[in-house]
Parts: sequence; structure tokens; C-alpha cells
Amino acid sequence: MLTPISTIHYLIISAALLLIGTLGVLVRRNIVVILMSIELILNAVNINLIAFSRHHDNVNGQIFAIFVITVAVAEAAVGLGILIALFRNRETVLADEIDLLKW
Amino acid sequence: MIVTIFFYAFALLTLGGGLLCITRRSAVHSAIWLVVSLLGAAGLYLQLQAEFLFAVQVVLYIGGIVVLFLFVIMLVNLDEAAKQRQFNRQWLVGLAAAVLVGAEVVYFLRSGMKTFQLPAPARTALITEGNTEKLADVLFSEYLLPFEIASVLLLVAIVGSVIMAKKRI
Amino acid sequence: MNFLDSIWLIPLFPLFGAAVMLFLGRKFDPQSPSEVMISPDMEHRADDHHGADSHGHDAHGSHDHGGHHHAPASKMLVTLLCPGMVLLSFIFSLGAVLGLAGTAEKSHQVIQFSWLAGLPFHMADGTMATFGADWGFLLDPLSSVMILVVTGIGFLIHVYATGYMAHDGGYYRFFGYLNLFVFFMLMLVLANNYLLLFVGWEGVGLCSYLLIGFYFHKKSAGDAGKKAFIVNRIGDAGFILAMLLMLSVLGSVRFLDVNHVLHSGKFAAETAGFGVLSVMALLLFVGATGKSAQFPLYVWLPDAMEGPTPVSALIHAATMVTAGVYMVARSNALFQLTPHTSAIVMVVGAFTAILAASIALVQNDIKRVLAYSTVSQLGYMFMAAGAGAYWVAVFHLYTHAFFKALLFLGSGSVIHAMSGEQDMRKMGALKDKIPVTFRTMFIASVAIAGIPGLAGFFSKDEILWQVYSSPLGSMPVYVVGLITAFMTAFYMWRLMFMTFYSDSRVSPEAAKHLHESPASMTVPLSILALGSVAAGWIGVPKLWSFFGDGFRLFEHWLEPVFVAHGHAEAHHPDHATEWMLMGLSVAIAIAGILLARSIYAKPYAGEPIERASKGLYTTLLNKWYVDEIYDYLFVNGLSKGGGLLFGSFDRNVVDGGVNGAGWLTRFTSTVSMWWDSWIIDGAVRLGSFLIKISSYPMRIVQTGYVQSYALMFVAGVAILFSYYIMR
Repeated sequence: MLTPISTIHYLIISAALLLIGTLGVLVRRNIVVILMSIELILNAVNINLIAFSRHHDNVNGQIFAIFVITVAVAEAAVGLGILIALFRNRETVLADEIDLLKW
Repeated sequence: MIVTIFFYAFALLTLGGGLLCITRRSAVHSAIWLVVSLLGAAGLYLQLQAEFLFAVQVVLYIGGIVVLFLFVIMLVNLDEAAKQRQFNRQWLVGLAAAVLVGAEVVYFLRSGMKTFQLPAPARTALITEGNTEKLADVLFSEYLLPFEIASVLLLVAIVGSVIMAKKRI
Repeated sequence: MNFLDSIWLIPLFPLFGAAVMLFLGRKFDPQSPSEVMISPDMEHRADDHHGADSHGHDAHGSHDHGGHHHAPASKMLVTLLCPGMVLLSFIFSLGAVLGLAGTAEKSHQVIQFSWLAGLPFHMADGTMATFGADWGFLLDPLSSVMILVVTGIGFLIHVYATGYMAHDGGYYRFFGYLNLFVFFMLMLVLANNYLLLFVGWEGVGLCSYLLIGFYFHKKSAGDAGKKAFIVNRIGDAGFILAMLLMLSVLGSVRFLDVNHVLHSGKFAAETAGFGVLSVMALLLFVGATGKSAQFPLYVWLPDAMEGPTPVSALIHAATMVTAGVYMVARSNALFQLTPHTSAIVMVVGAFTAILAASIALVQNDIKRVLAYSTVSQLGYMFMAAGAGAYWVAVFHLYTHAFFKALLFLGSGSVIHAMSGEQDMRKMGALKDKIPVTFRTMFIASVAIAGIPGLAGFFSKDEILWQVYSSPLGSMPVYVVGLITAFMTAFYMWRLMFMTFYSDSRVSPEAAKHLHESPASMTVPLSILALGSVAAGWIGVPKLWSFFGDGFRLFEHWLEPVFVAHGHAEAHHPDHATEWMLMGLSVAIAIAGILLARSIYAKPYAGEPIERASKGLYTTLLNKWYVDEIYDYLFVNGLSKGGGLLFGSFDRNVVDGGVNGAGWLTRFTSTVSMWWDSWIIDGAVRLGSFLIKISSYPMRIVQTGYVQSYALMFVAGVAILFSYYIMR
């Protein structure tokens, strides 16, 4: 634990954040929170990318991280737009009340 | 030494923020804790000597996305939702699956631990160019096409979200 | 026209006539049967135990009798067709016989087709033989005599019947049956094998049933028909057994094959004891007993008088009853090898002859006397056959056909004149009223008595001589034959005197209608009378050497058939004995006639036998109670046995079988239903069930709930990672 911080630490953080985000997606009912959990996942990925970029002394990882952020932004915007449209139609933001495609 | 402390601090922020984000009843609280988590991640970027990304993270993510979230939260009346049950019915199974995956990831990490030792930073090398210059260099030469496509993507996203949000298309 | 090759046509002519009558005849007969049968006068007939020949009584009452009225055109067709067919057969027969006379070996076989052929079987001694019976016709001297007798006398009787049956209903049916009978009889005598002979045998039995029971409205007629058929059947059983035995031992049923085997010396004469050949011959004789009315199967013939008189004439005098004699003559090769059976034949024949003659002495119904006379004369024929003199038996058959047919037809004419009366006690002094009938019957009676010069003498005398002198003959049998001859003459002339002489005991209303019969009836009578005189002259005894050999045509004609085998033929001990015996038989006959005249030519005063011994008289009148004994022994026993059989066997076994079949059907259908609803439907349901349960998970997965999809992602990731971990 008190060893010099190496890549592995960052990887562990990344993995933990990923899990937290996944848990949030799976477990929460509120769609807004789900979207926020997706942001957490993307962040975890970013941490991972940048840690490896540092590890390999290569800037590609950071470029990739920039693009991830870009995509995350786009996706968040559209997702929230959908949420608004959904709210307008269904009057609810709870995921398990939206099951029209149920068998 | 100080690096270690900062690391753990930022890590605590990130993970703690994340945990709290996903467990709050009120969506606004979740958003605030998301901000905390994102700040922690930004700190981690800084520690990894990716200054540009630290800045981008704070500006874009926190300043853009979380604000967007807050706007939407306010648009969508979440008072009713806050009174509802917060965790869905599959929470146990979800937890189990996530833990399982987590365990497997831990296994992967442990088995590959030795390869992930960070080399000593090259102090002698003068930092001729900062992180930002380096990024810019590569971004506009090698990764120009993805850059352009990313801008198109953003355009599509704008158009899409506008349409999604319209009352009548 | 090659008549010889066309002998297969001879039976077909009457068959055609019968087919036309029986299939299309209803259109021809305007008169329905019931009109004539049920007439009120039918009840006061002869007082005999069984009803009389019901001749249409009221029809007579309503018509004048100058002649019978003109028959409608359709009836004319029947009248012309049926006798015409028989006439055609007669002409063809004549042609064929003349053709046969021209051939050297006196035997011509025409085989139409192989009827039942080719089944191989094992004979008694193990050799393989092939069963074969053809639809084949054999014309040899024996069958030539028979076809001439059958068709010739058959034709005359057909003509007679057109007059006799003119007023009866069922005209076409009668002639149809009559023609059918002639067809079967011709099949019988022309067959070239025992099986086809048996077909004819059965057929004539059937026709006799149909014809005896012709007046089917009367119960007694129906009963008589049944009795005839059933008693015949008993004989037929013997015949069939004989045929089977023949197949087993001799290997064939064809006449030529059988004769060939028997003459070849393969089988020795069974003089020692009763061998298999003797049994075979005995079984054949049992068949003959049934058909030719010998003891103990003669009881049907007197009852058969229920049928119309032409039937009695044709069937029971001239043809059917002689089938047995013909069959025995045909099997002479067999009988020659079995002296014991021949002895039985002779003794049975003699016994029957005297038994029947004794009954005939006291009968009052004119037809019944003649019936018993027939039985008696048949006994004579078997006496001759048993004594080895087969040609004599056939000769007597031939002459007997003439005078017996004449007697029956004549009696029919008498009954016709008497408006249906058959009891002789109510007749008398008819000789001037019905002269033609009287004269012809006179001739016939003289013939049957055995007066020299007429047919009966030659044949009967020859029989008595053969019985006396043949190695197979015997003295007691001769004596019996002599006594029977006496009785024959007596009862025959009793009949004549009571009917035509004596005093008139005719009832007043019958006397009003007394008239001679029409030409259609009297002409055949005359022709038959001629035959009764002349027919015998081709069998003149050798003793009368005054007459050339041409007068012995009959014996020589039949010689090829009756090849004497082994034992010596009839030898003449000496001529003196023969002359003496001849004279004795003539004397006996004359004595009988005179005795009858002394009693009956006077006004009728009852029966002397009755006066002498009431007991004997009653026994004779009741036919020795044979019918009653049979009734007690067999009829009751059989009906009781039948009841038992019905009760236990029929109800339990047969009905049980039927019920069991029903139960089985229901059971199998239940099983089938179970199978269908559980297994078949179950398979179908199983299919749908499998689909349901296999689709259930897939259905459940479609929750429409995004987070569950996300869960599936994560689970899939976990599985993927675990795969990599395993590696």
C-alpha cells in the first residue's frame, strides 16, 4: 500500500470506479442517476487510458481519452434529450415503469 | 511521499464520490457527488501528468455535462421520483454480477501486476514541450480525421438532442 | 350333323326350356296359383291317410267338356316350348345312338371342359394321383338306352301334361321344373364320371322335391316333398362316402378309369370277406337305396303321390327312381368283384319287392297301389343286378318305364274323368265310359303281370330265371320273387277290376262329369301301350330259339358294358328246367289274375283279407307301420336332439361366440380410443408442450426493461472473463 504509486494503483482505481458505475446502471431506478453512472464508467475508462499512456510513455492514450470525453458529451446530451422526451410522454423517469417492449 | 498522499486523497474523492453518487435519493445530490468524483478523477489525471486532460475534464465534464444534468433535473420534476423506492428489483442480482466481474478483474490485475511497475521518471530530460503541445501535435497531424469526425459527431448530437427535446418535430 | 359329337347338347335343350320358364315364365301364365288350389271340394277325397292329387276341381265344374277351352297364346308358347325341347333332345339322342351303333368300340366320349382338375392327393396305398372330374359326356350302350328312355318317355309325358295341367295354376312353373328335371336326369345318365353323375343325382332330387311339393298350398304336399328330399339325402351321404373311398382306393372317379383299374386285375375278387371294395360297393348301394326307394329308404315314394300325376309318371316310374339301378349297372365292374355286396343287393331288392307288394294288396288309393308297385318292381331290378345279370336289370328298367308310365298316366286319366276322385272304392264300371283309358290300362296291366307276348313278361321272366340259375342267385330269393309275381298280378288286376269292371260306386256329381280325356292325354297313352307290347321283343330269351338272334338285340347291345370278369356267365343247367320255370311263372300270373277276378269282378264287397284276418289287414293298410317306427325313432329323436342342441349349444356356444365377438369389438374399440386419446393426442400435445417450455425462457427474457438487458451484458462479460481465466 505504501509502495510507490505505480500504474497498478491507477488501474485498481479505474476498475473500482468501473464497478461502481456498473452497479449504478444495474441497480438504480432513476434514469438520471443511471446516466450519471454511465459518466462514471466513462471516467473510469479515461483513468485507465491515461494511466497506460503514462506507463507506455505514449500520448495516444490521452488522445483516445479526449475522444472519449467528446463522445461522452454527445451521448449525455442526446440521452438527456431522450429523457426529456420520455418524461413528456410517460410522466415518469423510473426505468422499470418503461417496459412497453415487455413480452 | 506526498505523491502517495495526494494519490490516495484523489482516489478517495473519486471512489467515494462515485459511491455516494449512485446511492443518493435526491438526483441533485447525486449530481453534486458526481462533481466530486469527477474532480477526484481530474486530480488523478494531473498526477499522471496529463494537464490538458485535467483542464478538459474540469471544463467539459463538470462545467458542461453536470450543468446539463442539473438543468435537466430541474426540468424534469423529480420530486415524485425521490419519494419512490430507489433501487430496483434486480439489485441483488446486479450486485452479484458486478461483484463477480469485479472479482475477475481483480484476478486479472493480480496476475498481471508485475508488468505494471511504473518506471522512474526521466528527470534529466528537459521538458521541452508541455503535455498540451504534445497532444496538439499529435491530434492535428496523426489524428486529424478522428478529430474532424468527432466534430461531426458533436454536430449530430446537437441536432439530435434538439429534435429529441422538441415538443413537436 | 354329327350327332355323336353333339351329345353335350342333349341335356342343354331342356335346360334352356327350364331357364326360359323359370326366369321369364311369370309373363306367360295368366292364372295365379291360388285360384285353383283352394277349392272347397278338396276335402272329400280318397280316405287315405294322406291327401290326394289335387286336380282342379272347380275349374272343371265351370267348364263344359267337349274339349278344354282354348288356352291363351302365352300358354301356347309354354305348351310348345317345353315338350318341344324334350323332343329335340329325343331326336338328338336317336341320332347319337344310331351314330354310336356305327362305331366299332361302342363308346364315345365328349369332354366339354375340365371342370375340377389337377389336385394331387395320396391314395390309400400311398401312390400319388390327380383328382380330376370333367364336364364330360360318355355315350355307350348303357347310357344310350337311358337317354332314349328318358327323352322318349319324357316327351310323351310332357305332351300328356299339357292336357292334364291345363287348368292348374302355375303352368309355366310346372313345365319349368319338368324341363329342369329332364336336364338333370340327362346329366346323370350321360356323365362320364361319378362326380358329374352326382350333380345330376342331386339335381333330380331337388326337382323331385319341387315337383312333389308343387301344390305347395297343401301342407301334406310340402311335407311329402321334404320327406322325399331328406330320405334321399341319407342315401346321398352313402354315395359321397363311396366316391371318397373310390378316390382313395382307386384314384379316380371317371368311369373309364375306374373300370380300367378294376378290370386290370389289380384287385382280386373279394370272395372271402368284406374288403374295402365291398364297403365301397355297399356305400354306392346305400345311395341307390335312397334314390330308387328300396328298404329302408322307400318311405318317400308313396308320399310322393302328392304331386301331380305326370310327375309321378315321369319321376317315380320312368326316370328318377331308375337312377339307382343305372348307377349300379354302371358300377358293375365293382359289384362283380364283391360277391357279398351283390348278395346284399339281391336280398334287399327281394325283400323290398315282397314288402311293397304286400302293402299294395290292400291300398284303396289308385295312385298308392301304383306307387308300391313301383317300389316292388324296383326291387326286382335290384334282384337282377345283385344276381349279376345287369343287362336284365336294365331291360326290366326299360320295359317297366313303358308300362308303369302308362299305368300312372292312365290313372291320371281316370282321376281326371272322376273329377279328382282317387279312391277305388268310389269307382267302378268305368270301362265303357272311358274306353281309351280302359284299353291302354288293360294292356299295361297285362304287361306288368307278366303274360307272354308283352314287354313285362320278357324282362320279369328273365329276372326270375337269372335269380334261379346264376351262381350269385339263390333259391329262397327265387321263391320270394315268384310269390311277389303272384302278388303283382293280383293287386294289379284288383285295381283293374275295381276301377273298370265291378259295379258303379261312382258318386252322382262325379258321374255327371265323367268324360274321356282330351287327345293330348290319350295319344301318349296309346303310344305307351304300343310300347308296352312291342318293347319287350328285343329281349327274347335264348330259349325261344325259334326267334332269330335279331330278337335278342338288347342283350347284345349292352354286352360291351357288362364285361363278365372272372366268373362264368349265366349257364343254363338245362333247358327243361328253364321251360318249366317259365311255365310256372306264367301260371302264377294267370292264377293271380283269376283270383282277382273271382273276388273283385263282382260288385265290391269289401276286402277278403280283412275278413280273413283283421289284424293282418290293418297292418298291411298301415304299411307295416314303418312310417310310425321311423317317426318314433328318428323324427322325434332328432327334433328332441335339435331342441337340446338349440338350447345348450346354440345359445351358449354360438350365441356366446356372437356376443363374444361383440364384446371383443367394444374392447378393441376402447383400446383404440385410449390409444388415440392418450398416445396419439399425447404426442401432439407433447409437441406443443415442448415448444411452450422451450420458448418460455426466451419469452421471459424479453422484459422490455433496459436494466435487465444491462444485467445481461454484465453477466455475459463475467462469463467471457471466466473463459479467459480458465485459459
